[in-house]
Amino acid sequence: MQLIFEKSREGIGCSILPPCDVDTVSLSDGQKRKESWNLPQIAEVDISRHYKELVKRVHGVNDGFYPLGSCTMKYNPQINEEAARLSGFTGIHPLQPENTVQGCLEVIKELETYLCEITGMDGMTMQPAAGAHGEFTGLLLIKAYLMAKGETNRTKIIVPDSAHGTNPASASMAGFDIVNVPSNEEGCVDLEALKNAVGEDTAGLMLTNPNTVGIFDKNILEITTIIHEAGGLCYYDGANLNAVMGIVRPGDMGFDVIHLNLHKTFSTPHGGGGPGAGTVGCKEFLKPFLPNDYVEEGEDGLTFVKPANTIGRVKEFYGNFLVAVKALAYIKTLGKEGIPEASTNAVLNANYMRVCLKDTYDMAYEGICMHEFVMTLEKLHHDKDVSALDVAKMLLDNGIHPPTMYFPLIVHEALMIEPTETESKATLDHAVEVFKNIYQTAMEDPESLHQCPKTTPVGRLDEVKAARKPILKYEA
Amino acid sequence: MGSYVPSTADERKEMLNAIGLASMEDLFSDVPSNVKLEDLDLPSGKSELTVASEMEELADKNVVFKSIFRGAGAYNHYIPAIVKSVTSKEEFVTAYTPYQAEVSQGILQSIFEYQTMICELTGMDVSNASVYDGASAAAEAVAMCRDRKRTKAVISATTHPQVIETVKTYCMGAGTECIIVPAKDGKTDMDALGTLLEDKSVACFYVQQPNFYGQMEECEELGQLVHDNGAKFIMGCNPIALAVMKTPKECGADIAVGEGQPLGMPMAFGGPYLGYMAASKALMRKLPGRIVGQTEDVHGQRAFVLTLQAREQHIRREKASSNICSNQALCALTASAYMTAMGKTGMEDAATQCHSKACYLAGELTKIEGIDLVYTGEYFHEFVTTCPGNPDQLLKALEKEGILGGYPIEQGILWCTTEKNTKAQIDALVEAVRRAVACN
Amino acid sequence: MNTPKELLYAKSHEWVRMEEDGSAYIGLTDYAQDALGDLVFVNLPEVDDEVTAGEVFADVESVKAVSDVYSPVTGKVAEINEELLDAPEKINEDPYGAWFVKVTDITDKEELLSAEDYEKVCEEEA
Repeated sequence: MQLIFEKSREGIGCSILPPCDVDTVSLSDGQKRKESWNLPQIAEVDISRHYKELVKRVHGVNDGFYPLGSCTMKYNPQINEEAARLSGFTGIHPLQPENTVQGCLEVIKELETYLCEITGMDGMTMQPAAGAHGEFTGLLLIKAYLMAKGETNRTKIIVPDSAHGTNPASASMAGFDIVNVPSNEEGCVDLEALKNAVGEDTAGLMLTNPNTVGIFDKNILEITTIIHEAGGLCYYDGANLNAVMGIVRPGDMGFDVIHLNLHKTFSTPHGGGGPGAGTVGCKEFLKPFLPNDYVEEGEDGLTFVKPANTIGRVKEFYGNFLVAVKALAYIKTLGKEGIPEASTNAVLNANYMRVCLKDTYDMAYEGICMHEFVMTLEKLHHDKDVSALDVAKMLLDNGIHPPTMYFPLIVHEALMIEPTETESKATLDHAVEVFKNIYQTAMEDPESLHQCPKTTPVGRLDEVKAARKPILKYEA
Repeated sequence: MGSYVPSTADERKEMLNAIGLASMEDLFSDVPSNVKLEDLDLPSGKSELTVASEMEELADKNVVFKSIFRGAGAYNHYIPAIVKSVTSKEEFVTAYTPYQAEVSQGILQSIFEYQTMICELTGMDVSNASVYDGASAAAEAVAMCRDRKRTKAVISATTHPQVIETVKTYCMGAGTECIIVPAKDGKTDMDALGTLLEDKSVACFYVQQPNFYGQMEECEELGQLVHDNGAKFIMGCNPIALAVMKTPKECGADIAVGEGQPLGMPMAFGGPYLGYMAASKALMRKLPGRIVGQTEDVHGQRAFVLTLQAREQHIRREKASSNICSNQALCALTASAYMTAMGKTGMEDAATQCHSKACYLAGELTKIEGIDLVYTGEYFHEFVTTCPGNPDQLLKALEKEGILGGYPIEQGILWCTTEKNTKAQIDALVEAVRRAVACN
Repeated sequence: MNTPKELLYAKSHEWVRMEEDGSAYIGLTDYAQDALGDLVFVNLPEVDDEVTAGEVFADVESVKAVSDVYSPVTGKVAEINEELLDAPEKINEDPYGAWFVKVTDITDKEELLSAEDYEKVCEEEA
């Protein structure tokens, strides 16, 4: 389809602004733009049709099953969207006097209270804009705390080899060195390796639990104890919190600081890659280090305070506020009963799919999984030259968004499936049937999988060409 | 009241049976029993109607000002209706990152179009798919410039204080030094900058244009000075102003960043916003975050895909230059829909109206005894005045008349106008200020 | 697999061409380029940088991976092959023509293999 620039015609446009009702003044010649530039010139009707055409080329959660492992693509309730569109939220300037923004401050405080209860933490900041941003913030809390204690020799962050790539990248940005620890056969932390990795230079551990292979590490209490006894802090990557909300709390498992992905666990939409929210929570002793602009109860209502030893700020203002509004509406709807119900059913759905598929596909790990599970297509790849990518592409032809591919790195030809709790048994049964049919096709006519997808707006892309000779903008 | 779980009790039982478990609790047998949660101390779930009312009540506790003269990093621009219609389309809202390109062409193409528009606006060669906001964009830009020999960041004191604070926090993480160049008459002190740049471990200099006080910096000269000393030049620009002011490209910038909120995003108590980031071709591979490129599919059709991914954290892990993975895709879509709806002439008109109304407001305000411009240089749509008496009292008086006045800062009051401020609004503001000053 | 006899090889899959003046050209072997697949970018050191035997001096990117390239010698980078920056496909097309760097002032060397021995190493890996 055409780019919006290719639909442009000289002299066409929308009429948006009234004429200027004061004398017009131009910038001085020295400050004036001389370089010519172009934006599309296009009528409103054609703008509308352009984006309608684009939208037909997007698969969202509302288009069908989206079991993208580790991303918790649950349904995004409309009431949350409606709340975030209220003019009493959208029309508020971030630097208004506090007495005129008590509703906004209450949103932040109420959400903080609920999230602290769900996670077992004592304080939260809504400032980080995404999971990785939250990791960076949380690690800076650890860094600032250790610096304040004078323990500057603690420079190492321990990360399991199954971790998301953001974990080591965030630790590196926060100025730490990374120590990778291997996983054991069950996909969990190897306790012996962990004991050998800790020492006087240990600043902390970053851990996802349930981990990235979808297994709850039953040694979790030993793990956090090993770190604490070595003098380090425990960081909880909340990417997989959807499995255990209302069941067990990171704060009770020995974690000192966590981040949450509101856009995963708390049902705020992903927006094609953002905005999300990477809310960070911590225990009492880390609260003085939280980012600037922490909401507290003051004499005349809620007020912003600067925490005593704040790390500073990772973003302007108070984070992706409207995302917080959506998460609050969600928690209010679910309440004390709905929160654990969501997690339980997320785990139920994942196990049901796993059991339905385990006689067809090889599971990377045996036993009960949490909210997601990982299959390995290594044998299929070896025997039939059908890769995880090929299976993914055939799923596209069946209207199903593929699972996460090739992650975690410790599993070969991995497909990671996370159905979430907002899918019905009928949807899961249909998906299972599709997976089984694909397997059948792989056995009988493997070559046909290499031709997939056939029904999507475009076929497989030449990614090598894109990377070797980058074309990153339209040039007429 | 609801958890949005669409299966019946019988179906759940059926699924449990298939798994071979007796109860839901058995799903969590790996969780140590001594830390299993008994009860969540949360209110009970509520119906949609109740939640809707509660959220409205919260929103109603805020004051929505109709007449706004405050900027300082968040600007009250008009958002064309078509922008809201485009960005509320469910597919755009609910999709994940476009990893599966074949079913994500809509998002990928919209980002490619966004990247093109940002390049047009800034004059730069390449743009990424956006980052969290203007402040984090500034911090990421600083990180792009660091190398083994040059590690220090220099930033002008005339930058938005929250941007300075953010850059400092990121520098604290990286363990590098962040040096502030003092201001002189509301602009970067060029002599002080020259002295600082003699230190050959300085990697870059960041300046905001127009700066926090609304003043137009002499960016071409600043850029020259920075390059003469072998450092990189980063400009943080207001995107509306860019329609009419000298571009980062024209000023010789290596990297252009900025807060994209003015491009169609509501003020929304500070977010979600958008950080745009564009650079010269030489720095293309140092750009953090997602980048969309053009390629072909197996049938030879033009198609779009996430590219240059080997820069990123999921491949380079601890060696990646940034940990960022998500962009602000929906906000980038908003920005491109905004720029398309406004068009080049519409954006130039908006920029000219912002500037003209600021000039008119400044002219009228300074007719009042005791109110003067603090800085004499050229400004865009913000300016600082003195305030006779207590600024808080003045602003309180305005608040009572439904006006959100300028932002109180150490030097006085920072006023802002946009195209939304009518002459009648401005005249009413000036009258209200005159009355308030007279009472003081 | 192409393994020219006149070159020396490192176990980490780099080739070395020793020049009469004591300098050396370093590149990636045919076996390595084949295993890595289509290369889309190469990060090279700068002229005058020091390289150390057994340590990383460059990396090569494919679409979904990045791989380190190790220096088989210790010395100073005298020249880099800038052509590769614009045309990384040369490494796939002509691995022994697509040298990465020329190193001079060589003070140390890894234990380098003959073509025959290197082929054995590759066979074992495969």
